[in-house]
Amino acid sequence: MRRETILNVGIPGLLLAIGLLAYALDETYIITLATRAAILALAGVGLNIALGLGGLVSLGHAAFFGIGGYAMGILAFHAQTYMPLWGVIGGTTSMPIIWLVAVIASGLAALVIGALSLRTSGVYFIMITLAFGQMLFYFAISWPAYGGEDGVSIYMRNNFPGLNTLVPLNFFLICFAVLAVVLIFAGRLGKSPFGLALQATRQNVARVEAVGLAPYKLRLMAFVLSGAITGLAGALFADLNRFVSPSMLSWQMSGEIMVLVILGGIARLSGPVAGAMVFIALEYVLEDLSHYWHIYLGAILLLVVLFARGGLVGLIAGREVAHD
Amino acid sequence: MSAALLAEQLLNGLQFGVMLFLMAAGLTLIFGVMGLINLAHGSLYMIGAFAAAGMAALTGSFLLALAAALMAAAIVGAIVEMVVIRRLYDRDHLDQVLATFALILIFSEGTRFLFGSLPLYLDTPDLLSGPTTLFGGLEYSKYRLFIIAVGLAVGGGLFWLIARTRLGIQIRAGKADREMIAALGVDIRRLYTLVFALGAALAGLAGAMIGAIQSVEVGMGEPVLILAFVVIVIGGIGSIKGAFVGALLVGMTDTLGRVLLPQAFGLFMDASSATTVGASLASMSIYILMAGILLFRPSGLFGGQA
Repeated sequence: MRRETILNVGIPGLLLAIGLLAYALDETYIITLATRAAILALAGVGLNIALGLGGLVSLGHAAFFGIGGYAMGILAFHAQTYMPLWGVIGGTTSMPIIWLVAVIASGLAALVIGALSLRTSGVYFIMITLAFGQMLFYFAISWPAYGGEDGVSIYMRNNFPGLNTLVPLNFFLICFAVLAVVLIFAGRLGKSPFGLALQATRQNVARVEAVGLAPYKLRLMAFVLSGAITGLAGALFADLNRFVSPSMLSWQMSGEIMVLVILGGIARLSGPVAGAMVFIALEYVLEDLSHYWHIYLGAILLLVVLFARGGLVGLIAGREVAHD
Repeated sequence: MSAALLAEQLLNGLQFGVMLFLMAAGLTLIFGVMGLINLAHGSLYMIGAFAAAGMAALTGSFLLALAAALMAAAIVGAIVEMVVIRRLYDRDHLDQVLATFALILIFSEGTRFLFGSLPLYLDTPDLLSGPTTLFGGLEYSKYRLFIIAVGLAVGGGLFWLIARTRLGIQIRAGKADREMIAALGVDIRRLYTLVFALGAALAGLAGAMIGAIQSVEVGMGEPVLILAFVVIVIGGIGSIKGAFVGALLVGMTDTLGRVLLPQAFGLFMDASSATTVGASLASMSIYILMAGILLFRPSGLFGGQA
């Protein structure tokens, strides 16, 4: 096996092991941290499809993360208040249904935002995705039905058939299982004809057009997939906190998701997982060390960008990987 | 709605637009000349505001406060350019985004460390406090008029600088072909540092002037930064003229939208839902404007080919 393949199994395996070990040691807080890492990793895997495979630098993925979060918040809010949405649709507390809604809603949002943003490229694309993210952020703040700036709190974590989700380990395992399924999907996607064509649009648009493929369509499909996966992560994240607020839509959130992809290593399958684990660990360690831990995070990020361009996985697995 | 109220809102829109222009001009200049996308531009705005608040608290002089803001932002800008930004010119946009995002984290937390989390307040000078009477008996804040005047003066100065001076010629040449002007003996590294410091100073000035209207706090720069992005996307990246037109468009749309939209919806809705829908739509109006303009001109109003 190549080192990269070992890492692709080993890094998620390490996350699973941390969760299980924390359970064995009865460290509930660590399980929660591991759950957070799994969810942020999922968001990162989503972003990585656009960013890593497609080379689309989206600084607005918090939009999809937040839409997923609000999908969960709104459905659970209507379920707990017994007020049907628009008088017809009852809320739900069933996770699979919430996930489905979150994926569809964020996928549709990605379709609209992507269709507009992908008309441009380069630095325009970065700024426009950022601006659309801000648009949804301000909309969520000024729309009072779901708490406006204060967000929506959910009393109980939502249900999953056959499992008690209030047990931290169970919820961790659910999140990890979703992450694992999406990782396998993303791994296969990267090697599928679609994934290869998408990577080709990143490397040389003219050649992609010359062989008769449409870069705009490929990119839009990647953007929708990417947004939908990030939206799924958002639904889980909101469920973890039992709370959703406009901060999930903020541009800092977009930045953090991007940072953890880069920390781990861009366009590496397990990069976001490594990045999320390191990010959470840094947060945990540095926050203890200093109130102002963002300074250190900023310094580390700066060093990684300036000097370690392949990220963590790149450092371990070597820089260039054409095939697995 | 009375004509006086409308005139007041138009002036507010102009003031907001002028402030956005100060931010957007620096961003678009830096992008146009060095090809760099700088997320940390909002931090320089914040640094200007904090420097002004600090100096005002120390000396009580508003003029000194403005000078301190300009100096602090320009100096920090020059240092950051020499230490970090310089290494990013030949990197792709992703690296630039990440590195400047890291700078935001460092600047924001550093400022929090130095000044604490509580907002500071910067008073308007006595001379500019209170309203003045304009044509037709319209009462309007002296300070906001001052911002408009300073903004327009700086804008005019910037156009003059770019169009008429030797430095301006070098900047325009740097946009067109950086190897060539280096070959002609212009010290390109010094030119880049200068342009970056100039952009930083403009941002610092904007931060200091707005600091007297709003509170001076950590994180004040980023919302303005994102609006400035919208401005230069609308105007066309790299174009100062585009930044000016875009800034006024965004300033007017945002200000008038917040006033007019709730009233417009009030015509056919009950008052409370009109306020809600109007306010929500108003908060999105500039982004809708941007999307609309991009549909027809993907590289902005005054941009070249994207």
